[in-house]
Amino acid sequence: MILAVNGIEFRYGSRTILEMVGFSVRRGEFLSILGNNGAGKSTLLKTLNKILLPKKGSILLDGQEVTKLGRLAIALKMAYVAQNFESCRQTVFDAVLLGRKPHIKWEATAADLALVHGILAKTGLRKFALRYLDELSGGELQKVVIARALAQEPEVLLLDEPTSNLDLKNQMEVLKTIQTAAKEKNIAVIAVMHDLNLALRFSDKFLLLQDTKVFAAGGLEVMTAENIAQAYGVPVTVERIQNQMVVIPK
Amino acid sequence: MSELVNGESVHKGELTHYLKYTWKKKLILGVLVILTGMLALYAISAGSAELSPWQVVLTLLGQTDGHAEIIIWSIRLPRVLASMVAGVGLAVAGAVMQTILRNPLASPSTLGIAQGAAFGAALAIIGWGAGSSSSTSGGELLINNPYIVTITAFVAAMLTTMIIIFLAQYKGVSPESMVLAGVALGSLFSASTMLLQYFTNDVNVAAVVFWTFGDIGRASWGELGIMTCIVLVALIFFLFNRWNYNALDSGAETAKGLGVNVEKTRQWGMFFASLITATVVSFLGIIAFIGLVAPHLVKRIIGGDNRFLIPASGVMGALLLLAADTLSRRIIAPIVLPVGAITSFLGAPLFLYLLIRGAKLR
Repeated sequence: MILAVNGIEFRYGSRTILEMVGFSVRRGEFLSILGNNGAGKSTLLKTLNKILLPKKGSILLDGQEVTKLGRLAIALKMAYVAQNFESCRQTVFDAVLLGRKPHIKWEATAADLALVHGILAKTGLRKFALRYLDELSGGELQKVVIARALAQEPEVLLLDEPTSNLDLKNQMEVLKTIQTAAKEKNIAVIAVMHDLNLALRFSDKFLLLQDTKVFAAGGLEVMTAENIAQAYGVPVTVERIQNQMVVIPK
Repeated sequence: MSELVNGESVHKGELTHYLKYTWKKKLILGVLVILTGMLALYAISAGSAELSPWQVVLTLLGQTDGHAEIIIWSIRLPRVLASMVAGVGLAVAGAVMQTILRNPLASPSTLGIAQGAAFGAALAIIGWGAGSSSSTSGGELLINNPYIVTITAFVAAMLTTMIIIFLAQYKGVSPESMVLAGVALGSLFSASTMLLQYFTNDVNVAAVVFWTFGDIGRASWGELGIMTCIVLVALIFFLFNRWNYNALDSGAETAKGLGVNVEKTRQWGMFFASLITATVVSFLGIIAFIGLVAPHLVKRIIGGDNRFLIPASGVMGALLLLAADTLSRRIIAPIVLPVGAITSFLGAPLFLYLLIRGAKLR
């Protein structure tokens, strides 16, 4: 178990965002966090990485309590890709090289540069390597931030809506890259997903949040029409088309 | 570059592009350093007693004595070095403030720190009589206790910074709004200075106004030493944090995810940037625009990577301030114009040009 979350509680003032949330992820697993807007998905992801401090509960990363670890210690094991990312006057290569930051002592080594180079090739960003971020499209930028997280060589990868800015082709490419990296390098991936069908296609486990609480958690067996309908408040049918589960709202 | 690193094959050609690109930045940095050195040599040689650059080199190496030696060691060299050190300091402080506050407008003169220093000086000159001399023969004579003026200006400038850091830390003012807070504080201090001036005599008003004109000539070897130490310490601190600043450029949450202690990085960065500003302003007076223009100019040429941005901004700042000071000495010699006026005079059009070019590039 690389990440074990138990009884997490989070509040903004008197407003409860998360209540008694618990789940666990193994190395190499892809977990999708699902639920309506405001269910607490992004907040949950941020508490996992200590960007927000939970009021109660424990988060064990490889057996260590995350809330007691320093930022650098967390960054060496866990990468986080925010939902909102900002462009600036950095080249794509430098932006991805930044993923090596937790590992860099004084200056990037040849091995760091080579690793970044390999990741740029894998994510199809090689031809943009020396372009400035503020000259890229939204989709290209999203690939850059994911590439940066991969360059961090984490054991746990946290993604907040990794495909929200991508077109169909790039959605598939990016998620495949993440899936492959997860299997090859044995990374646990935890992603907040909006697209149920993409989640069904790429993840091994699902966490359905509804109104601050876990509604259901588990493998494909929890993704029933009843569960999804109740968690989202919309009647749906779940069907199998070409050996692929698909959710269709009624 | 090795063919196999971490089990992944490396495409040699592609990686060399990046290395070439990095080399280009180092080359530009080198060219800037050489240009600054050449200008420094010219600045030392030019003046009412003309010396040849060769004479300057010989004197600096201790090969000559007499007339030239006195002029160079006691008048021109401290002035040239002071403008370079102040230029490095102001530009580097501006570059770091722009990054940590995530605001391209952040600079020593837009955060109210300079106005705070001016108020401190006015308080010392008017309130505590540090400048109420009856002499009218020359500007320098109007201030008869420069140490008190400098110390008060420094304290007031640091106080302004502390207020800004306090607002950000405990009252939840976002870094993006800190420039607005700085503008508000700046106008408060300007108004206070104005009130002080209103209720005093014309000699004191002249002394205050004269103080606010930035003037490199005020620096002697002692002041130069203090300024150099502070700029050097801050510069080393900034260079140690260059990766943290790069991470902050991608947003606070991303930086946290990359292991950066965002709050500490901001606080200490602000502290050192303000320390530089307060020191330079309290010794030399207000020198506007260097902290704003130098980093922007460098960003246009080599991009925002703080590994190069910080040192290159420093050199650019030295080059600009040295050029401005040399111009202020030479343009209607033997009269020396206030360098603060020259930097604003040249800085504003340069800045507008950058903005227009930036808009075209998009």
